[in-house]
Amino acid sequence: MPILSQDEAQAILKKVLSYSQADECAATLRGRTSGNIRYARNTVSTAGQSDNVSLAVESRFGKRSGTATCNQFDDATLRRCVQRAEEIARLAPEDPEYVAMLGPQQYLVPKAYAASTAAITPDVRAQAAADSITMCEARKLTAAGFLEDGASFTALRNSKGLEAYEQSTNVDFSVTVRTPDGTGSGYAVADFTDVKSFDAKALTKRAADKAAGSVNAKALEPGKYTVILEPAALVSDEGLLNRLVYALDAREADEGRSFLSKKGGGTKKGEKLFDSRVTIYSDPLNDQAPGSVFDGEGLPVKRMPWIEKGVVRNLYYSRYWAEKSKAEATAFSGNFIMEGGTQSLEEMIKGTAKGILVTRLWYIRDVDPQTLLVTGLTRDGTFYIENGKIKHPIKNFRFNESPIIMLNNIEAMGKPQRLGGNLVPPLKIRDFTFTSLSDAV
Amino acid sequence: MGGVLVDPEQLLETIDPALKKRLADAALNAAKSAGASYADVRIGRYLNQYVFTREKQVQNITSTESFGVGVRALVNGAWGFASTNLVTEAGIVQAAKNAAAIAKANQRVQKEPVKLAAQKGYGEVSWKTPIERNAFEVPVKEKVDLLLAANAKALDNGASYVNSALFQVNEQKYFASTDGSYIDQDVHRIWPTFNVTVIDRATGKFRSRDAMASPMGLGYEYLTPRASDKLMGPQGTGVIGYKQRYDMLEDAALAAKQAKEKLTAKSVTPGKYDLVLDPSHLGLTIHESVGHPTELDRVLGYEANYAGTSFATLDWKAKGQPYGSKLVNIVADKLQPGTLGAVGYDDEGVKTKEWDIIKDGKLVNYQKIRDQAHVMGQQESDGCCYADSWSSVQFQRMPNISLRPGTAKLSVDDMIKNVDKGIYIAGEGSYSIDQQRYNFQFGGKVFYAIEKGKIAGMIEDVAYQANTQEFWGSCAAICDQSDYRFLGTFFDGKGQPGQVSAVSHGSSTTRFNGVNVINTARKI
Repeated sequence: MPILSQDEAQAILKKVLSYSQADECAATLRGRTSGNIRYARNTVSTAGQSDNVSLAVESRFGKRSGTATCNQFDDATLRRCVQRAEEIARLAPEDPEYVAMLGPQQYLVPKAYAASTAAITPDVRAQAAADSITMCEARKLTAAGFLEDGASFTALRNSKGLEAYEQSTNVDFSVTVRTPDGTGSGYAVADFTDVKSFDAKALTKRAADKAAGSVNAKALEPGKYTVILEPAALVSDEGLLNRLVYALDAREADEGRSFLSKKGGGTKKGEKLFDSRVTIYSDPLNDQAPGSVFDGEGLPVKRMPWIEKGVVRNLYYSRYWAEKSKAEATAFSGNFIMEGGTQSLEEMIKGTAKGILVTRLWYIRDVDPQTLLVTGLTRDGTFYIENGKIKHPIKNFRFNESPIIMLNNIEAMGKPQRLGGNLVPPLKIRDFTFTSLSDAV
Repeated sequence: MGGVLVDPEQLLETIDPALKKRLADAALNAAKSAGASYADVRIGRYLNQYVFTREKQVQNITSTESFGVGVRALVNGAWGFASTNLVTEAGIVQAAKNAAAIAKANQRVQKEPVKLAAQKGYGEVSWKTPIERNAFEVPVKEKVDLLLAANAKALDNGASYVNSALFQVNEQKYFASTDGSYIDQDVHRIWPTFNVTVIDRATGKFRSRDAMASPMGLGYEYLTPRASDKLMGPQGTGVIGYKQRYDMLEDAALAAKQAKEKLTAKSVTPGKYDLVLDPSHLGLTIHESVGHPTELDRVLGYEANYAGTSFATLDWKAKGQPYGSKLVNIVADKLQPGTLGAVGYDDEGVKTKEWDIIKDGKLVNYQKIRDQAHVMGQQESDGCCYADSWSSVQFQRMPNISLRPGTAKLSVDDMIKNVDKGIYIAGEGSYSIDQQRYNFQFGGKVFYAIEKGKIAGMIEDVAYQANTQEFWGSCAAICDQSDYRFLGTFFDGKGQPGQVSAVSHGSSTTRFNGVNVINTARKI
């Protein structure tokens, strides 16, 4: 079983540390059991499950360090993994940025685990796919979707007495519904800690409605438009807001290679760089989007304001950079929460005289790190809004825009929704820059 | 968690194939007993080593090892897959049973039963990347010394900061199937890279330049410079191209000088330009605008929910529309020495080969695996199935996709002589393309203006936007074989759950006429 209890995991880690000859040693055990089903063309394509437990050992002699990993747990393998980390450490040069390993820490009680999610079977996944496909077939549409669920644990232990353990579960679902002739496409995406909140039919209906409504798209001239960006247009692995949050690095700002660096030296920490309504923070105990309570080194994660009322409040400090800068080291929980308003997406559309509704942005890439300018395209449901109503679908655009400029052009904010483990409101933005048209549907 | 039958810590010796065969047979028998009409098993040990440095210090050295088994079972026309790190006979048999159970659970949603192209069993065979020096046998100190020496070169030449890294990969893969193949492969890849940043504190401006090295399917010999593998770029640029050997120190010094030059380079005037694209740049454009749209799974809609579909549908191909000008000949392969795609057999036991994708500007074929071959009326797979780990299910992945060089003798300098108003671009920059592969925007590492047949200095803030067919239709000249080089990536992403794959793209410097260039400078 890849999910070890706290006692089982710590017993292995104790054994690993007992093999260590190093001045300092830290061992991390991670396990995950996950299952998935993937479908397309209204039929299942691949489905699978995967179990794995892996161990990482970091050994240090003075300021020299090395890391090795393995995923087998007989005594001989564990011993050799420790030896390999030590061999690397002995060969490595001294690290002038060495910081001693952490001692024992106090952690919040994690809440990112749901037993119902850990109990999902292949039949449950097949039923979700069947529900999604059946609805689309009935509407003469074509579904392509993906459901993945998993249960994980992380356990840490080091020679300074640090000990940590947490479990988490996740359910991720996304579906793209297309018309059979390929002229319409719609998308819906959601993720959960507890599978009880997951409704494949409701999400598929959203995507199907968008697909059916996006046929016969008209072309608008590229230019600056008021847009309503749904959460899937703001957050993804490569999303506009993810990029902004990940760019809040203290060292890069201090070194002069960040949008937060000031001319002549220093950083813009403490300055108001965004609209007063912009507040972004991390909180591992948020009920809707809980996160990890410790980071990879075992540093406790706590509620951390990043941007408050448009002002950059905190930057991410590694333990080394914090020590050097006489600042507090920052553990990042991996998720972020952006405050919003109370309006639903429908209410935001109603309050829009002229604008564009964007379901999703895609293939977002950095263009200029100096300004955080990024490019990408709209996808799977782009609509023209006039006098508070969706008037007609429009062809997809390429955009070139910076999240910094975007968050200074806020017209309205909707009710935050969970996406990618984060909480994000739909945003109405003026003067969003579209630079060319795309023929893609 | 039980004991292991094999000791996975013997890093430099691969596991005895006889032992793997015994385990594989146990899995195949279990799958057949559970109702599978076909099954395959992959026992994989994946070794990686990463060395990260910045300026004068080492940041991190990590050796990783992942060992496990993945079993795929076809039951009544539906696939099931299961994987485990428990490499015992009991663990592997349980994985086979789980794979068959998943296939059975999926039968009620399976509307298109899998049709698998016939594949003869090869018996017990093996293949190895033909490396000269195993990177995993090279002492860590030698690697650290090289990276720190490259950093020193960059700092000596004006870099404010420099990060460098060396990635080494060894996939020890054993494949067995109910067709009677038992294939043992030892695959090596390497990628040295760096990022140099120069900062002007007074203006607050900063510019970076990454390494021009490509990841390659080579051993540590890639890092021993060789004059015959070096190509000087056009006069007036200082750009250097590398074939099968790379000079990291030379490139680091040049990167610092170029990053510094970028700080004061003229900002581009937007408009139409003739582009002269170096292979270190063009490879990525080929990847995005030809590689992905010709993957048959995308064309058929299997990637609709993630990577997207393709404009190059079966109907589109049937109309015989031009993909590009008549000069454009694109070939797929898993054979070219030194490439990331080169293997003896793919991950479903098919011997690798070469085939045409675009011939004289027309799309002639796609990339297919065993369960897709029938769509094109083909009797056999193209041999481009891949899984990035024992824990991932194998599926269609891009082979090397390369632009054939021009047949007439043509150097880069001669090509530039005929360009009146153009831009020469080298290196990968920002890249983005829509989900059907029509509209793309690419940047680069360095840009040089071409005026009246001559290089007229470095320019900045350049990105070009184009439509795939118009772009390839504007292909006006291709340099000859002597300029042919590879660009590769370790991280081509596709599939759900997401998997990465390593792929190379060969090309010679190529000219495209009248491409739309935008200016990317902004004020915040």
